[in-house]
Amino acid sequence: MEITLNWYLSLSAVLFVIGVLGVLMRRNAIVILMSVELMLNAVNLTLVALSQAMGDVAGQILVFFVMAVAAAEAAIGLAIIIALFRKKVTVDVNEFHLFKY
Amino acid sequence: MDLTNIYASLPADLVATFSMVLVALVALALVVWDAFRNNAPGIPWAGVVALGVAIVWELFALGDAPGTAWYGMVRTGGFAAFVNIVVLIGALLSIILSVPYLREIRHAHGEVYAIILFATVGMMLLGTANNLVAVFVGLETMSISLYILTGLVREDEGATESALKYFLLGAFSTGFFLYGIALLYGATGTMDLARMSEGLAAGENLVMFWAGVGLLLVGFLFKVSAAPFHMWTPDVYQGAPTTLTAYMSTATKAATFASLILVLYAALPPERWTMVLAVIAVLTMVVGNVLAIAQQNVKRMLAYSSIAHAGYVLVGLAAGTPAGYAGALFYLLVYSIMNIGAFGVMALLEWDGKEGQTQTLNSLAGIGPRKPLLGATMVVFMFALVGFPPLGGFWGKVAVFAPAVEAGLTWLVIVGVLASAVSAYYYLRVLYVFWMRSPEDEPEAAAVQDRVFAVPVTSAAVLIVCVVLLLYFGVRPGGILETTASFFAGPGASMALLP
Amino acid sequence: MLTDFVPLFLMMALALGLALSLLKLHQLLGPKRPNLIKTAAYESGMDPIGTARERYSVKFYLVAMIFIVFDVEVVFLYPWAVSFRDFLAADAGLGVMMVVSFFILVLGIGLLYDIKKGGLEFE
Repeated sequence: MEITLNWYLSLSAVLFVIGVLGVLMRRNAIVILMSVELMLNAVNLTLVALSQAMGDVAGQILVFFVMAVAAAEAAIGLAIIIALFRKKVTVDVNEFHLFKY
Repeated sequence: MDLTNIYASLPADLVATFSMVLVALVALALVVWDAFRNNAPGIPWAGVVALGVAIVWELFALGDAPGTAWYGMVRTGGFAAFVNIVVLIGALLSIILSVPYLREIRHAHGEVYAIILFATVGMMLLGTANNLVAVFVGLETMSISLYILTGLVREDEGATESALKYFLLGAFSTGFFLYGIALLYGATGTMDLARMSEGLAAGENLVMFWAGVGLLLVGFLFKVSAAPFHMWTPDVYQGAPTTLTAYMSTATKAATFASLILVLYAALPPERWTMVLAVIAVLTMVVGNVLAIAQQNVKRMLAYSSIAHAGYVLVGLAAGTPAGYAGALFYLLVYSIMNIGAFGVMALLEWDGKEGQTQTLNSLAGIGPRKPLLGATMVVFMFALVGFPPLGGFWGKVAVFAPAVEAGLTWLVIVGVLASAVSAYYYLRVLYVFWMRSPEDEPEAAAVQDRVFAVPVTSAAVLIVCVVLLLYFGVRPGGILETTASFFAGPGASMALLP
Repeated sequence: MLTDFVPLFLMMALALGLALSLLKLHQLLGPKRPNLIKTAAYESGMDPIGTARERYSVKFYLVAMIFIVFDVEVVFLYPWAVSFRDFLAADAGLGVMMVVSFFILVLGIGLLYDIKKGGLEFE
């Protein structure tokens, strides 16, 4: 059986949805961060597959930038989470509700 | 690919995007400066000089014909110059306001100003990007810098918490935005905005295309805090340091809306957007204005009001005509000035710097007569935000509402005008409490008001400049409106047909 | 027009369904016969001593973060190195060196900042 473009697109769609569900259903800030990274990497798979299928290099160039951005985001995100952990000694997002009406 | 003479256009590109390059280089220099001289007092002023030079440079570029630089990545010419000016002015005024404010809250790190400049570079790239790669890089440079600025006061639980909220939701929306880019790329075979519609005509991937556009819109609407993607805005604006909130709420919106205009105008087939954007505009205006009424904290109230103002800009985009886009650009300029002014006044009224998070409006009772400059300038900003003539806000609203009427969206404009009428209540209540009440009426006011710190000359100058600009926009809006309209009209008009 | 979207909705429903069912299926289908050895942290290794929740210095995170950022930036050098010969052949070697030198310079400034601010000092 031939592996066509649609297989890659479907796989990355599934990965993306798993990432989205992870963000929506998990309450641990670090797991949410990991789910976001999963979303970004699912998109990377889409981009590389499309780029390969169309013989156009622009998609792969964007993948490099996405990887760099994901690293920067992880660094900033972990820094914020550590700063908050020092204050509250928890990373459960349900515990963060200082601002309300 | 032919690589001969590939760097021949380098000098011309450097000149065409001089302001962006300058701000980026100065930001790098500030990082080195701060590494060797920790928190040197000259750092913010070097940033101010760079931003000032960049603004002057862009003023001369306002009349240029549209073009591209850096191999079609970045747009140059009038539109780009206007967007850059709005962003640069926002950064300039915010930095000047931040210097005494951050010193007062003991967070006058040199890095803050470097990060503001980095965010500014990201915004300039985002607002002038001609390619989805550049849009993404600009958006993320901006967002990551803003996450740091939000959590600047890291001993404070509220600030860190709002930074985490902003970060998690922002990263989440980035995922959608990026998936939208990927699907658009798959459907059209190009990342170049100008070639996108012809790529679509050649292909038959309509489903993929519309799914991509939808996801892209979600990402954009999140960043401009349009309902129903506005949830993060009040928390983040309340938790962040006030002068940085001023920066975040204005320059970010200007750059993101400019990019959205480019995508809608240059890349997508027209006509189908009207209803989607109109519905979102209605939601945004209603949610922003109605929830703002209930707020006791002025910063939170201004956050909801900034949601409402995103709704007004969306009215101009929903019209989908060149006049609508031109009006939206003008509105962004006016909105930036009046919002920076309002947040600037609030920053100067915080007793010890951090009470912006908890300070209630009632504790400011009777502050007008005691601090006449702040009270008087706040009158101008509040009336401008309501949209009273003869201030800039009035012409801003006219510039976005009139094209919508012409485009047959009268019902949308009626909602918009009603929403503005509602907004008069909460804006004018600020003035009522400032001027008509006295501290004796409010027990919580009497206790804290003696601690107001003195108004620094530089901050006063910024507020006065904002007032003068708003009066100028109100009295002579014609020239600027014609300039913004010229980006979408005339011979070089069709930006979609760039070389 | 609307029928065009049916495959899209199908795909979205499929993606959602598959993701949800995969999350649930492993709980339902997988046999669960725990015993003392199976529940140990290392099934065929040493028994763990003490708690894993020990506090360790935040410096580890700092170094890790700095590493991630610099590590990933190097992905930009990879395609550059691969296509370097093509640039040389096209007589654009000077330009391509200048561009990449600037990139390294920016990273170098970051490193300089780290060192000066004590980000790499371990006690």
